[in-house]
Amino acid sequence: MAEIHLNKVCKSYGDVDVLFGIDWTIFDGEFVVIVGPSGCGKSTLLRTIAGLEKITQGEISIGNRVVNDLEPAERDIAMVFQNYALYPHMSVYDNMAYGLKIRGLEKDEIERRVNHAADTLEIRDYLDRSPRQLSGGQRQRVAMGRAIVREPSVFLFDEPLSNLDAKLRVQMRLEIKNLQQRLGITSVYVTHDQVEAMTLGHRLMVLNGGYVEQLGTPIELYEKPATEFVAGFIGSPSMNLLKAKISGDGTKAEFSDHNSLYLASALPSQANRQVTIGLRPEHLMVNKTSQANMSIKVNAVEHLGADTLAHGEFEGCDEIVTLRLHGIVMINQGDILPLEIDPDKVHIFDTETGKRLE
Amino acid sequence: MLKRVHFGPSVLPFLLVGPQILITLIFFIWPASQALYQSVLIEDAFGLSSEFVWFDNFIELFEDVGYWESVGRTFFFSSLVAALSMSAALILAAMADRIIKVVLAYQTLLIWPYAVAPVVAGALWMFLFDPTLGIVAYTLDMFGYDWNHKLNGNEAMTLVVFAASWKMVSYNFLFFVAGMQSIPKSLIEAAAIDGAGPLRRFTSIIFPLLSPTTFFLLVMNVVYAFFDTFGIVHAVTKGGPARATEILVYKVYNDGFIGLDLGGSAAQSVILMMIVIALTVVQFRYVEKKVAY
Ligand SMILES: Nc1ncnc2c1ncn2[C@@H]1O[C@H](COP(=O)(O)OP(=O)(O)O)[C@@H](O)[C@H]1O
Ligand SMILES: [Mg+2]
Repeated sequence: MAEIHLNKVCKSYGDVDVLFGIDWTIFDGEFVVIVGPSGCGKSTLLRTIAGLEKITQGEISIGNRVVNDLEPAERDIAMVFQNYALYPHMSVYDNMAYGLKIRGLEKDEIERRVNHAADTLEIRDYLDRSPRQLSGGQRQRVAMGRAIVREPSVFLFDEPLSNLDAKLRVQMRLEIKNLQQRLGITSVYVTHDQVEAMTLGHRLMVLNGGYVEQLGTPIELYEKPATEFVAGFIGSPSMNLLKAKISGDGTKAEFSDHNSLYLASALPSQANRQVTIGLRPEHLMVNKTSQANMSIKVNAVEHLGADTLAHGEFEGCDEIVTLRLHGIVMINQGDILPLEIDPDKVHIFDTETGKRLE
Repeated sequence: MLKRVHFGPSVLPFLLVGPQILITLIFFIWPASQALYQSVLIEDAFGLSSEFVWFDNFIELFEDVGYWESVGRTFFFSSLVAALSMSAALILAAMADRIIKVVLAYQTLLIWPYAVAPVVAGALWMFLFDPTLGIVAYTLDMFGYDWNHKLNGNEAMTLVVFAASWKMVSYNFLFFVAGMQSIPKSLIEAAAIDGAGPLRRFTSIIFPLLSPTTFFLLVMNVVYAFFDTFGIVHAVTKGGPARATEILVYKVYNDGFIGLDLGGSAAQSVILMMIVIALTVVQFRYVEKKVAY
């Protein structure tokens, strides 16, 4: 039973401010993801929850207990590190049993727990080996095993999959998700990978430069990014962000003399202001018959098999736009593609503040 | 096949290696061969003639109780020096590792002893403990302890052990600090999350992971105690009182230059040479195997 409350959490290293007043409540049993670009403070935030870093201001509580002044060992958490941090001089068994021995558990109980975790993670055959003799994926499992056997009230993961190859990463991602569901232990997962962010958590926090950009479910973030940053960060290939101006009557976004876009609902308050228009590659459709008044000139095509990506220049301005078309579509370099855009799928952001406009 | 890059014949490589080879020849190869040669000769009391005696010098040495006493003393002395200087360095390094910010000033201070020549180090300790002049001896006297390493063999041994260990602490410290800093920080953090306190982390994670460093230092310290402590012994006790601090290197000097038994002294140096070669071989063997885990 552990809710985590972050109350105006700030962290600085000397003069360097890393986290600026983070507020968040993570519910019991929830799986949340902290995502953001490298250096935005994700690890620092996770480490303050773990107790590996002391916060400079604010309050953190785990399961209704303020933990600001508690040592990591007293917080009832377990953490999986990016480089696994397995003890190289101990066998796999001893790696998992270490924390239990320190906590003074009975030998039988330790053995039961380690074996149970080893079965769950399918590493029973490696218990006698040294971490050196294991592959990256197996080490990852041992690191998870070490966390599980402790039966903590919170799991913390710091980019645990980033050292694995692509195929293994997909597999481990699913396993972590299943495991968390089965155990129902509150988990905080840090990643810079937006696919992991979208698929793993119930909710995610997008962090940028030490500030929270947005909190929400993956679908909320995808459908209604609160800021231009989130819009560009969530989704792959990333959203096309184009400079535009709202027309005098507030009904259109004008890109140039002959390209403009009708808005789903007029924005008279923004008349004549600079905005950023966000268009997801998968929401741009080619429609040769429609009276589309926008088109792109293709300058590169990528066939992914399931999808075809076309990169091209927006006619009339030199911004590059990416289209994601379903299936294999034969397009050539130099083709002019007329576009159809569903006004409901258009995102508008204030260029100055980066905030979403509706 | 790979094509080798060839440079034309040049004197440059020879010039570059030359000085080192010259130094090795003059200061190592030549004296070593002289020692080997001397060890199979016996010289008359006036140094006028010498006679080839095969291994008689060695046989005589092995039959000499005094030699075996010196061997025992040397082992005792080296174990104490290695244990004392390494454990002191380990404690200092563990402290430095925890407070890495002050480390620069702290490290600099700790390196000084290593830069001091053995004789100077010996002289320093001799003055501190001098029964009539020394401040430490004076302090001990105030507590009712009558320190006199010029008369008491155990006290003399204690003093050379301290002086010799003190000089080696810096060297050991540097290696231990470097060793500790190369242990990934996340391992220590993982152990902290697993519930291990600082002491437990040290004994169950840090110390085992330092074993390659510890082993390397053990050999280096033994080599040091065996061979590089001549200056200290010479300055502090001159092997006395009553041979209480006459370790093997000092005995070589005593027997050869004071007792003028050149053949016996040379035989002793040959044995010491073989010990250092053996230690070096052990060292390389284990460095290759990387010890323990
Ligand atoms: N011990 C430290 N001392 C000073 N600055 C640090 C320290 N640890 C991290 N930082 C800084 O804090 C910022 C956030 O780091 P981190 O949380 O590791 O980022 P992320 O995990 O999101 O990539 C970075 O700019 C980094 O340089
Ligand atoms: Mg990080």
